[in-house]
Amino acid sequence: MTSALIEARGLVKHYGDFVAVDDISFDIREGECFGVLGPNGAGKTTTIRMITATSPVTTGELRVAGLDVKEAPRQVKAVLGVVPQDDNLDPDLLVRQNLEVYARYFGLSRDEVRQRIDEALELFQLDDRATSNVDDLSGGMQRRLTIARALVNNPQVLILDEPTTGLDPQARHLVWQQLRLLKSRGVTMLLTTHYMEEATHLCDRLVIMHRGKILVEGRPYDLVAELVGPQVLELRLPPWERDALLAEFPQGDGVTVEQVEDLTYVFGGGTASAMAAERVGDPHRAHLRPGNMEDVFLLLTGRGLLD
Amino acid sequence: MTAFALTPDVSFGAYRVWQRNRDATLRNWKTEFLGIAIEPFAIILALGLALGQFVELDSGEKYVEFLAPGLMALFPMFAATFECAWGSYVRLEMQGTYESIIATPISVDDVITGEILWGTTRALVNGTYILIVATILNPWLHMVDSPWAILAVPVGVLPGLLFSSISICFASIARAMSHFAYFFNLVINPLFWFGGAFFPFDAMPRWVQILGWFMPLKHVVDIYRGLITGNLEWGMLGSLAWLAVVTVFFYVLAVKLMRRRLIH
Repeated sequence: MTSALIEARGLVKHYGDFVAVDDISFDIREGECFGVLGPNGAGKTTTIRMITATSPVTTGELRVAGLDVKEAPRQVKAVLGVVPQDDNLDPDLLVRQNLEVYARYFGLSRDEVRQRIDEALELFQLDDRATSNVDDLSGGMQRRLTIARALVNNPQVLILDEPTTGLDPQARHLVWQQLRLLKSRGVTMLLTTHYMEEATHLCDRLVIMHRGKILVEGRPYDLVAELVGPQVLELRLPPWERDALLAEFPQGDGVTVEQVEDLTYVFGGGTASAMAAERVGDPHRAHLRPGNMEDVFLLLTGRGLLD
Repeated sequence: MTAFALTPDVSFGAYRVWQRNRDATLRNWKTEFLGIAIEPFAIILALGLALGQFVELDSGEKYVEFLAPGLMALFPMFAATFECAWGSYVRLEMQGTYESIIATPISVDDVITGEILWGTTRALVNGTYILIVATILNPWLHMVDSPWAILAVPVGVLPGLLFSSISICFASIARAMSHFAYFFNLVINPLFWFGGAFFPFDAMPRWVQILGWFMPLKHVVDIYRGLITGNLEWGMLGSLAWLAVVTVFFYVLAVKLMRRRLIH
């Protein structure tokens, strides 16, 4: 249970002078869903590309299922299932053919994987589209087919790079539901995302990345509880009103204020926050709400996650 | 590290990539077949017979007879280049097909080798078909004079590999579909017109002949001409060696350029 399927130690990736990944270490254990949360450009995809042996590691150690990625890229890739950020299904092949041809890349014959493919098509609700053209599928269906494809080799780790980016909310929830089902079946997952909601929903443990570094690691709700506290006050007020309101808060008592564009966030305000919200009396201008993952990121970096 | 090894890292995976291309092509076999089927008839009719009436060769042979080895070299060249220049670029850049394949145990070198083998297969199918058409038309047009012509089929592997490799090299450095205009106008078009398929090099000035020696297509045409007419010469072995060396060079270059494009 505690054996690490993916082990990164002091992982660094340079592109010329640019440091895309800057000395990160983490362990992904069997059966868990491990999240990498961060904005675009944080180094999430580069990390994934190093794990899937499609981007050479500059320095540091990276092992997958005990194998060094540099030494044994083919063997490493054989135990991974990769869902890339952009769907790269094969439009020259039909839906079912996509899975069969992909299985063949792993040296698996059509007969060996027939049952697995039938199950995957059913699980991802694509069984009635088996002979469709890939281009005729909706975005949500293409995403599900890409996930089904990543499972044809019965991988030890399923790697999902922003699995729901670009999907509408309904399609996103369907993907989440199916990922939760895979998780309950014991599939180990590594998931990157910039949706805090996604990370909270799916991940047992996660790291937050920013500018190539890991800022914090932990369980989603623990991080929110430890760093943000139970409640956040969100203010949308002109500067003078805001300043007058904030002046009422007790000084030097663990209260943190962050300004992002026209929004002001007050963390750790306790009863003062509740009183301030009541005084303004308009939830559009002063809103008291539970803390979330986005707040964690905001507190650590002073900026939002989705910009 | 393995990804930057000097020698190509090729496995059975190359065959998997070849199979993928075969399956994708067979899905549209009717369209594919139509193109291959009609082409040689059109050019034999237009150039060989229609234009040929006005051409008188020193050797005394009819123009359509002179043209036969050129056609057997040209159309496979087109088949390989379309597959491995435009086709490969679409798979590389537009469809993300290479990216999806290298996430499996298949290496970049396997992918490129599989692509080149597939381009070669298309060239062979094309060349064999033209040879069959020419043989069927033999009672009227006398395009194939010698049973040695059958050797043109296995020999065709070499130019197939060569033109596929050259095309992959270009696909690997192209940044947009429009860049293929350079490839077509600077490489394929000159080879088409000046590769020795349409006129005898012997009648040209010396400097044109020297230039021709650097044209891969000229060597292919020379070999085919010898086999089809039955006039075997030692120079054909030289041409074969020339093609082999250049093919190895471009194959290794293709692998290296594609690694640079895909692994970074």
